[in-house]
Amino acid sequence: MDTVIVPGRFENLEKISKFVKDVSWSAGFDEMGIYAIQTAVDEACSNIIDHAYGGESSEVIELNCINTKNALKIILRDHGKPFIPESIPIPVKHTRLKDIKEGGLGLYFMHQLMDEVYFEFSPGIGNTLTMIKHKPG
Amino acid sequence: MEITTSQYKRCDLIKITGRIDSSTAPQLAQKFNAINEEGRFKFVCDMSEVEYISSSGLWVLINAQKTSKRYNRGEVVLACVPTKIKSALDLAGFVPFFKFFDDIVSAVGNF
Repeated sequence: MDTVIVPGRFENLEKISKFVKDVSWSAGFDEMGIYAIQTAVDEACSNIIDHAYGGESSEVIELNCINTKNALKIILRDHGKPFIPESIPIPVKHTRLKDIKEGGLGLYFMHQLMDEVYFEFSPGIGNTLTMIKHKPG
Repeated sequence: MEITTSQYKRCDLIKITGRIDSSTAPQLAQKFNAINEEGRFKFVCDMSEVEYISSSGLWVLINAQKTSKRYNRGEVVLACVPTKIKSALDLAGFVPFFKFFDDIVSAVGNF
């Protein structure tokens, strides 16, 4: 298992992204697969900072990557506010520019780019997000 | 992320290099706003050196497009967009809201 722990600050997103890129490459994903995993993790971490921690924080984000035979499993932990994933509306694809309303894309990207996405919220322990990407072939 | 701008007769060229994420997207928004405040609303974004764009970066582009197109005073067009970046725009459903050009000369010539 590969692990990185960083304070919940936006400046750490690049460090997390490089870490995820290396792990995904080692796991055998191609360029688009690596980019998909990077995007899902980046969006998840941005949401933790923005919503769980309510802005940049010294509270940490813990990222664990587990490379198995058939998949890469990403586990993200934080100690911020929990949320109800089902309460986040799926972004509507509008045909008129002026109708587009900002928000909700991060969670949508995570679900679109990863094969499995699970949230667990445990009082006193924290929030755990597990995302799994199956290996091609 | 680095941003360089060039003012042409009919538009402004914004070249973005590196990552457009939650950390850096506000800088890009500020750049659009600063040029808007000078009364200019026609932009070519050179995306050739963009390594990554998150949803926060995509919102900056959409908001810049909204501002530019209001009152038909301008437009944001995208040039030299890498496949990965185009796929992010596509996943968000934003591709129909931009013109895409394969080179800077054609993009500038659009205005």
